[in-house]
Amino acid sequence: MAANTNFEKYKSDGSLAGNVLEWVDARFPATAMWKGHLSEYYAPKNFNFWYFFGSLALLVLVIQIVTGIFLVMHYKPDASLNAAGIPVAFASVEYIMRDVPWGWLVRYMHSTGASAFFIVVYLHMFRGLLYGSYRQPRELIWVFGVLIFLMLMAEAFFGYLLPWGQMSFWGAQVIVNLFGAIPLIGEPLSIWVRGDFVIGDATLNRFFSFHVIAIPLVLIGLVAAHILALHEVGSNNPDGVEIKKHKDEKGIPLDGIPFHPYYTVKDIVGVVVFLMVFSLVLFFAPEGGGYFLEYNNFFPADPLKTPPHIAPVWYFTPYYSVLRAMVWNFFGLDAKFWGVVGMGASVVVFAFLPWLDRSPVKSIRYRGPIFKSFLTIFVICFFILGYLGTQPPSFWGEKISQVCTVLYFAFFLLMPWYSKIDKYKPEPERVTWK
Amino acid sequence: MKTMRNLKSLFAALLLAPTLALASGAALHLDKAPDVSGDKAALQNGAKLFVNYCLNCHGASALRYNKLMDLGLTEQQIKDNLMFNAEKIGQQMTVSINPAEAKKWFGVTPPDLSLVARARASADGSGADWLYTYLRSFYKDPARPTGWNNVIFPNVGMPHILFELQGEQALNAEHHLELATPGKLSTAEYDKQVADLVGFLVWMGEPQAGLRKQIGIAVLVFLSILFVLAYALKKEYWKDIH
Amino acid sequence: MSNEGKMDCGRRRLIVATAAVGGAGALAVLVPFVSTMLPSERAKAAGAPVEVDISKLEPGQMVTVEWRGKPVWIINRTQAMLDTLPQLDGEVADPKSERKQQPEYCTNEHRSIKPEIMVAVGICTHLGCSPTHKFKSGAEEGMTAEWKGGFLCPCHGSTFDLAGRVFKAKPAPTNLEVPPHMYLSDTRILIGEDKKGA
Repeated sequence: MAANTNFEKYKSDGSLAGNVLEWVDARFPATAMWKGHLSEYYAPKNFNFWYFFGSLALLVLVIQIVTGIFLVMHYKPDASLNAAGIPVAFASVEYIMRDVPWGWLVRYMHSTGASAFFIVVYLHMFRGLLYGSYRQPRELIWVFGVLIFLMLMAEAFFGYLLPWGQMSFWGAQVIVNLFGAIPLIGEPLSIWVRGDFVIGDATLNRFFSFHVIAIPLVLIGLVAAHILALHEVGSNNPDGVEIKKHKDEKGIPLDGIPFHPYYTVKDIVGVVVFLMVFSLVLFFAPEGGGYFLEYNNFFPADPLKTPPHIAPVWYFTPYYSVLRAMVWNFFGLDAKFWGVVGMGASVVVFAFLPWLDRSPVKSIRYRGPIFKSFLTIFVICFFILGYLGTQPPSFWGEKISQVCTVLYFAFFLLMPWYSKIDKYKPEPERVTWK
Repeated sequence: MKTMRNLKSLFAALLLAPTLALASGAALHLDKAPDVSGDKAALQNGAKLFVNYCLNCHGASALRYNKLMDLGLTEQQIKDNLMFNAEKIGQQMTVSINPAEAKKWFGVTPPDLSLVARARASADGSGADWLYTYLRSFYKDPARPTGWNNVIFPNVGMPHILFELQGEQALNAEHHLELATPGKLSTAEYDKQVADLVGFLVWMGEPQAGLRKQIGIAVLVFLSILFVLAYALKKEYWKDIH
Repeated sequence: MSNEGKMDCGRRRLIVATAAVGGAGALAVLVPFVSTMLPSERAKAAGAPVEVDISKLEPGQMVTVEWRGKPVWIINRTQAMLDTLPQLDGEVADPKSERKQQPEYCTNEHRSIKPEIMVAVGICTHLGCSPTHKFKSGAEEGMTAEWKGGFLCPCHGSTFDLAGRVFKAKPAPTNLEVPPHMYLSDTRILIGEDKKGA
């Protein structure tokens, strides 16, 4: 609930609708929720382009849930072969694409939505890096966000097995085998995860269960926690200054404007533009050049034949590159183990940002050249790692990914040092506007 | 703000990098398949070739016979000319042999071709390009049990089913294909037949692709109208904010 | 909400226009989602009309074929069987077949196109069980003495005569359904379609 919880209860104007509303409001915090989260939630007035992606992420979550509900009506998690010799799960996806009325639209919305989710969330996270949105008092919002991102990766990974194509199968095979790298318990653990000695029907069914029930429930809960925590402390803004420092006589921040209607009408514009881009992909390039729907995944899963080149879906490739960059044995543990550790750390390290950053200012607008350079290098390395992850292993690829991995972690681990010694410009008292 | 601009141009460069790298790293040289997607007669001819030459061993189990009506054929034409393995027009285009038995006889199960045109796409070219090149790249190779080999699919399990039409090719000393024995068709005629067949395989991979694009245009027109309204609404409200 | 009165006309018009266009879009999106729950091409193919050859169906015999996943009975009734029908007019609930449980061309005494060939969906109109045939006399079939042949639903005891008419005071509300059908030739029936398909 927002900080201000003493909203007046709704009073009927005597009409039937008014009476019903009054009855409900006396028993349920309808007015309080509406006002606390929308009409009297004061957001800084200087939000820019980067602030669209939070509401867009919510939109994509809704798209994924709704399309998912309809896909589950027709999809069958079954690895056995049908009369034509095609795995039932694979055939059921094509059944959706061809035989179910409008099934192709729902399926493409879901597959395009998966990639859109990561694009939107990556931009949303980058906004946090730009403007220091993870800094005190918003540490918990950020931590919830990192957990959402982790859950999103799990959701995408489980979901990718379901079409039961070659990439689904071999991708899952490789990732599950990563558990085998954990000393002592690794091998039994990966067998337990699969429920079989290879990825099989048991694996498909449990991944289905995780993808449609378990992870979505956790995701929705985390998203609620993320938004509640945000509305407790209020939004950051591109200047990184607190609008609550300057309030009028009624206690309303001078630089704050009600989220509704101002940001609802603004976000609608963002939604429409997003939907246009989304539709361009969905209707004209649903395969996304082989990045959104990998070509090899149009071959049914074949446990006896690995495709010549397997790469994870694009949104996992930066971490996959970190995994491949680790080629040395340390402390008696082999490189495979360190690869898994590096891959896990490259995601989890985000959660520690609020405590790594020691700069007196939050926003990039007032940061010094050292932070800007580190951030630029980090972003470049992220892209290079992402690109290398889509490519077959090569000598130079490995060397470059090793350098980028070091720079990637340097951004985080050296931050306590460089953020402190960096020059900075004085922050303004109030937000800058126009 | 200057850093921001630099950042943006860097992003743009990085986004372009993969396409450049892929273009330079192409492993296979594929011939560009002619686009026959709008040519109903060509697609019908492709369907006929598919049923006569491919469907004996390869199924297209995702496709139902009545879907062929989208190519401008009537139910009666489909029943009379194309349906050899099925009784009902709504049935799927499957092969009559059991896949397990096929594996016993041929060593491999001839793959279902419903999605072959989508699956064969790669950085080297579209699935159509691959198929168009593949079907024109068989050559005589006595070392193979079938007597046939293929330039872009080495040691392929399938013999050259269309050899009567194309004739027999051989690999010369420079590893180029040349026609050793002419077939029923000239090279140009054969290429046209293969183009039609490939066009049909592409259509079969996603029969609703045409509809998809038409709906996409309508959706974008609608969203453009909504954008104008939403943008005007935003401007209207935000004139309050000073 | 309190400043609604002060809201100027231009703004109000824009809200209405945006909401109308946006709402129309939302409705348009609803259509494909609702449509996904309609019968698929597979269901339609399975529910396609069924052709039956009745040349080998002896008088007094019955065959069951599947149409849309339901049993469809084809009974070749003997003259003796047909003769029982008028006698039962007083005992069945809807003797003249006034309820629309059959196509127009089967709304007659014998509820069929050809008097002897009965085509009916073998699903009890009560709760959907499939009745069993009891063609012989009461004693032989374990029915009452006045039983003249017909069908008994094992679930709740509804009885039907040889034209699928339900007896009075039974749980089933209506006569058995006669599906649309037509004769392709003298001995071939097409079930599920009653006019020449395109």
